[in-house]
Amino acid sequence: MESLKQKAKELLEAGEIKAVLGYARGTSDTRRPHVAMSALEVDKLVADQACTTNLANLLMKHEIKHLGKLAVVASRPSTLRSLLQLTAEHQVADGAILALVPAEGGVKQLGTAQAFEEHLALVPQKKTEKDQALLDRLKAMPRAERFAFWQKEFSRCMKCYACRNSCPMCYCERCTMDCNRPQWVPVPSHAVGNQEYHLVRAMHLAGRCVECGECGRACPVGIPVHLLTFFAEDSVRAQFGQGGGASATIDNALSTFRPDDKETFIR
Amino acid sequence: MCHCEDKNIYLPYLMRIAQVTQEAPGVKTFRLEFQNEEEGQKFEFKTGQFGLYSVFGEGESTFCIASSPTRKGYIECTFRESGRVTSALADKEVGDTIGFRGPYGNVFPLDAWKGKNLVFIAGGIALPPLRSVIWNCLDLRENFKDITVVYGARSVNDLVYKHELKEWEGRSDINLVCTVDPGGETPDWTGKVGFIPMVVEGLGLSAENTVAIVCGPPIMIKLTLPVLQKLGFPPENTYTTLENRMKCGLGKCGRCNTGSSYVCKDGPVYTLAQLNGLPAEY
Amino acid sequence: MAERYKLTQDALSALFEALAKDGRRILAPTDADGRTELNAVTSPDQVSKQYLQTILSAKETVFPKVERLLSYTTEGGKVDLKDAQPHALPTVLFGVRPCEAGAFKALDAVFNWDSRDKFFNARLEKLAIIGVSCTSADEACFCTSAGGGPGDTQGSDILLTPVQGGYLAEILTPRGEAIQALAPQFFQAGATEDKEAVLAKVEKAFDREALTAKLPGMFENPVWKQQSLRCIGCGACAFVCPTCVCFDIQEEADPKKGERLRLWDSCGFSLFTLHASGHNPREVQSARWRQRIYHKFAYYPERYQQYGCVGCGKCTRACPADMNLKEHLVEAAQAQ
Ligand SMILES: Cc1cc2nc3c(=O)[nH]c(=O)nc-3n(C[C@H](O)[C@H](O)[C@H](O)COP(=O)(O)OP(=O)(O)OC[C@H]3O[C@@H](n4cnc5c(N)ncnc54)[C@H](O)[C@@H]3O)c2cc1C
Ligand code: SF4
Ligand code: SF4
Ligand code: SF4
Ligand code: SF4
Ligand code: FES
Repeated sequence: MESLKQKAKELLEAGEIKAVLGYARGTSDTRRPHVAMSALEVDKLVADQACTTNLANLLMKHEIKHLGKLAVVASRPSTLRSLLQLTAEHQVADGAILALVPAEGGVKQLGTAQAFEEHLALVPQKKTEKDQALLDRLKAMPRAERFAFWQKEFSRCMKCYACRNSCPMCYCERCTMDCNRPQWVPVPSHAVGNQEYHLVRAMHLAGRCVECGECGRACPVGIPVHLLTFFAEDSVRAQFGQGGGASATIDNALSTFRPDDKETFIR
Repeated sequence: MCHCEDKNIYLPYLMRIAQVTQEAPGVKTFRLEFQNEEEGQKFEFKTGQFGLYSVFGEGESTFCIASSPTRKGYIECTFRESGRVTSALADKEVGDTIGFRGPYGNVFPLDAWKGKNLVFIAGGIALPPLRSVIWNCLDLRENFKDITVVYGARSVNDLVYKHELKEWEGRSDINLVCTVDPGGETPDWTGKVGFIPMVVEGLGLSAENTVAIVCGPPIMIKLTLPVLQKLGFPPENTYTTLENRMKCGLGKCGRCNTGSSYVCKDGPVYTLAQLNGLPAEY
Repeated sequence: MAERYKLTQDALSALFEALAKDGRRILAPTDADGRTELNAVTSPDQVSKQYLQTILSAKETVFPKVERLLSYTTEGGKVDLKDAQPHALPTVLFGVRPCEAGAFKALDAVFNWDSRDKFFNARLEKLAIIGVSCTSADEACFCTSAGGGPGDTQGSDILLTPVQGGYLAEILTPRGEAIQALAPQFFQAGATEDKEAVLAKVEKAFDREALTAKLPGMFENPVWKQQSLRCIGCGACAFVCPTCVCFDIQEEADPKKGERLRLWDSCGFSLFTLHASGHNPREVQSARWRQRIYHKFAYYPERYQQYGCVGCGKCTRACPADMNLKEHLVEAAQAQ
C-alpha cells in the first residue's frame, strides 16, 4: 500500500499523470472508488483484498476522462481486461492509461496493452466459486426452468440501470434504452420491459463482457445479472474461440463479418 | 378526506383538429376545438400559458398556447417536428382527435404593462408564445402605447405565420420589423437582412416606459440581452420564457426546475431580473 | 404523549389475524436470500427477526413503479378515453422504521401541494402504518440529523418498540385506534417499560436548518463536483428512497388501444432533463448530484415547508459507488 502511494505521488509530482483512480475506505469498512489528484488525496488510497470494484467504467466517464492523463489502480485483473477490450473497441488508445498493479512487495507499473496482456497471462481469469456454482446450476436446468428462474429474478428489477452504468463496456453515449425512435424496448419496469432490457443488455455484451461481475454487484436488489453475460460469454467462447477482454486487437465475434465465416447463412 | 372528490389531473381534454397550417418546413399550426362543447365553454387561459398535447399511442409534448385568449372557442399550437410525439403529431389531419391538458404555468402580466410601449423580439420558431400575447395586446390595443415586433428567422422560408406577418405589416398600430440571417433572403425579400441582436441595436429603441419581451433559441437570447441592457432596458422590464423539459406540468414530476423555480408552475414567463437570481439550469 | 400499552408476541399474532379478518393485507420485512424485502405476510413468524431496514422503501404501496393513469381505444382518428382507477388494497405496513414512516408526509407534500393526485391519495387512504422503533442503526443512518429519530412517532399510526416479552405500543392516530379497536383485549394498558433505553443511539451529524440556509450560497462550490466524481448516474438511490418522487410519463400502445403510465424516474439519469434537441440543462453528473441534494434540502423546504429526506440511509446502502449521503451532507455543512 505504501509503495502504491509512493508511486502515485511520484507520478503526480513528475507531471506524468493528472490523477490516480483507485480505492479509498468507504462506508462500513467497504472500499469505494477514489480519485486522487494531490498528495493529500493519495494518502487516502487503499489497496487490499476488499478492493473489488472494477474501476474501468469510471475511466469512461466524461468528468474523469477530462481530468487529463490517468493512472488506474488495477487491483483486479478485470480492470486490465476491461482496458484491453476498450482498446480493441477504440475507446482507449494504447498507452493512454497507466495501470498500477499492487503486487507482493511493491507496485507494478504497466503502460501498454502488451504489458497488460503479459501481466494477465500470470493471473488467469477465474469466476468466484459462488458464481461458478450458480452458473453450472443454470446451465444444467431445462430451458423452461431456467426461464422461470430469470422471470422470478427480473420481477424484482426496477430499471435503475445500476447494472448498465457500472459496466465498463456499456459506454455508449446514447444507449438503446434511452432512444425512443423507435422505442425498441418498453420503458416501464414491468415484466416485458424488464425481460427485454436484460435480453438486449446480454446480447450487446456477448463476446465483449470481461466477466468482472460489476453489474451483479451493483444491483441493489441482488439480481445476478452478471450470470447472463457470463453465460453469453461462455457460448461465444465455445462458438468462436474468443471472448471479451483477452486482447487489444480482437474483433468482436458478434459484430464482425468475415467472408470465411463457418456459418453459411451469413456469407 | 375522501379521494372520490379527486379528479384525475392527468386526464386530457379530447380536441378535434379543426385546421392545419404548414408554417415552414417541419413547422405546423393546429387549430383545436374541444370535442365536448361544455368543456370548451368553461375553458379559460391567459397569454403565456402552455399545455401538454398528446398523440394517443405516442405520448405528450409541451407547447405554449399560441392563440390569444381573446379569441374564444378554440386554441392553437405551433410546433416543430423534433421528436417522437411531435413527428406523430405532424402526421395528424383535420378531423383527428388529440389530447390537451392545461392551461398550466404563469402569465404575461398584461395589467402591469398598461400604458407602456411594448417591444417583442422573437427568433425562429419562438414566435408562437409571443404570437398569443401580441394578438392579445392588439385586441386590447387601447391599453398600450407603441407596439414593435422584431422577428427573425434563418431564411424567408423559415418564417412562421407568414399571412399574419402580412396583416401586421399592413396595420398602422403595430410596427413590424422582419429580418432573415444573411444568405437566407430571397430576391423579392423586402425585410431586413441581418442577425436579430444587430437589427435590434439599429432600431433606435428607447427603453423609456417600455417593456421588452424576448423569445428564441438560447444563442439569440444570449446575444440580444446585452443589446437591450445597452439600450437601457432594466432587467425588471425584460421578459422571456423558458422551455425546460416537462412531463407533468403540475409541479410534481420534478424535472423542469431551474434552481428552486419550477418552470411549469413559477414559469414559463420570467423577467430577466428573476432569471439573474436563479442558477442557469436551462 | 400517547398512552403506552404492552403488546406481547402472542398478542401480535392475534392482531395479525384480526387484521386479516378485517380484510387488510399486511406487508412486512421478510428475509429473502440474505436480503430484506417487503412482502405480504399473514403471521409475525414470517417477519424478519433481525433486520435493519428493507432494501426498497415502502413507497411502492402508494407510488408503485408503474401506475396506469388512463387508457384509451383509438379508431380511425377517434379516441375513446377511459379514466383509470387505482386498485388500492386496504393495507397495513408492519415493521417499517420510524424514518420511513415519516417519509409519507414528504410524498404527500409533492403529490398534493397544489393539485391533488388521486392515485396517490386513493392508496394512502387505505394505508395504516404500524412502525417498529430501531434498536440498532448503521453508518448510513442519520435520522436524528433529518428531523426524526429511532423512536420517532411521526408518520406511524401505531409505533411499537421492542421490549422484554413483546412490544411497547403507542397508539398515535385515529387509524391506529381503529386497529386497536379490532382487538382491544391484546393491548394491555399501563405499560411502564423504558422506551428510550432500548432505542439505537444515532448521533446528530449536522444541523439541517443551517445547511438549508447555506445551500443557496454554495451552488458553485467545488464539493459537488468532488463528491460526484465516482457517481455513475444510475437510478438506484432515487428508486430505493422513500421520499424520491420524480416520475416519468410514458405511453404503451398498439394501433388500437393503449395506456398512459407513470413510472419512477431519477434526477440522476442524464436523460432526465435532456431536450429532444440534444441540449441538456444538467449536462454533467455533478449538476445532477447537486440537484438531488438541493431538491431535498433546499427546494422542498422552500416550497412545501417539508424536507425531502428522512435520513434512512437506503440510498447509501444501495449505491454501487458508495456515495454516502450523510458524509456528503456533513462535508457540505462544513464546506467553506
Ligand atoms: C413551456 C414550454 C413551451 C413550449 N412551447 C413550444 C412551442 O410552442 N412549440 C414548439 O415547437 N416547442 C415548444 N416547446 C418545446 C417542445 O416541448 C419540445 O421541443 C418537444 O416536446 C420535443 O419533441 P417531442 O415531444 O416530439 O419529443 P419526444 O421524442 O416525444 O420526447 C423527447 C424527449 O424524450 C426523451 N427520450 C428519448 N428516449 C427516451 C426513453 N427511452 N425513455 C425516456 N425518455 C426518452 C428524449 O431525451 C427527449 O428529451 C415548449 C417547451 C416548454 C417547456
Ligand atoms: S456485463 Fe457485467 S460482468 Fe460483463 S463487463 Fe459488464 S459489468 Fe462486467
Ligand atoms: S441494477 Fe438490478 S434493479 Fe437495477 S436495472 Fe439492473 S437488474 Fe434491474
Ligand atoms: S435521500 Fe437517502 S437518506 Fe434521504 S430519505 Fe432518501 S434514501 Fe433515505
Ligand atoms: S449516488 Fe450512487 S445510486 Fe445515486 S446515481 Fe450516483 S452512483 Fe447511482
Ligand atoms: S413539469 Fe413536472 S414538475 Fe414541472
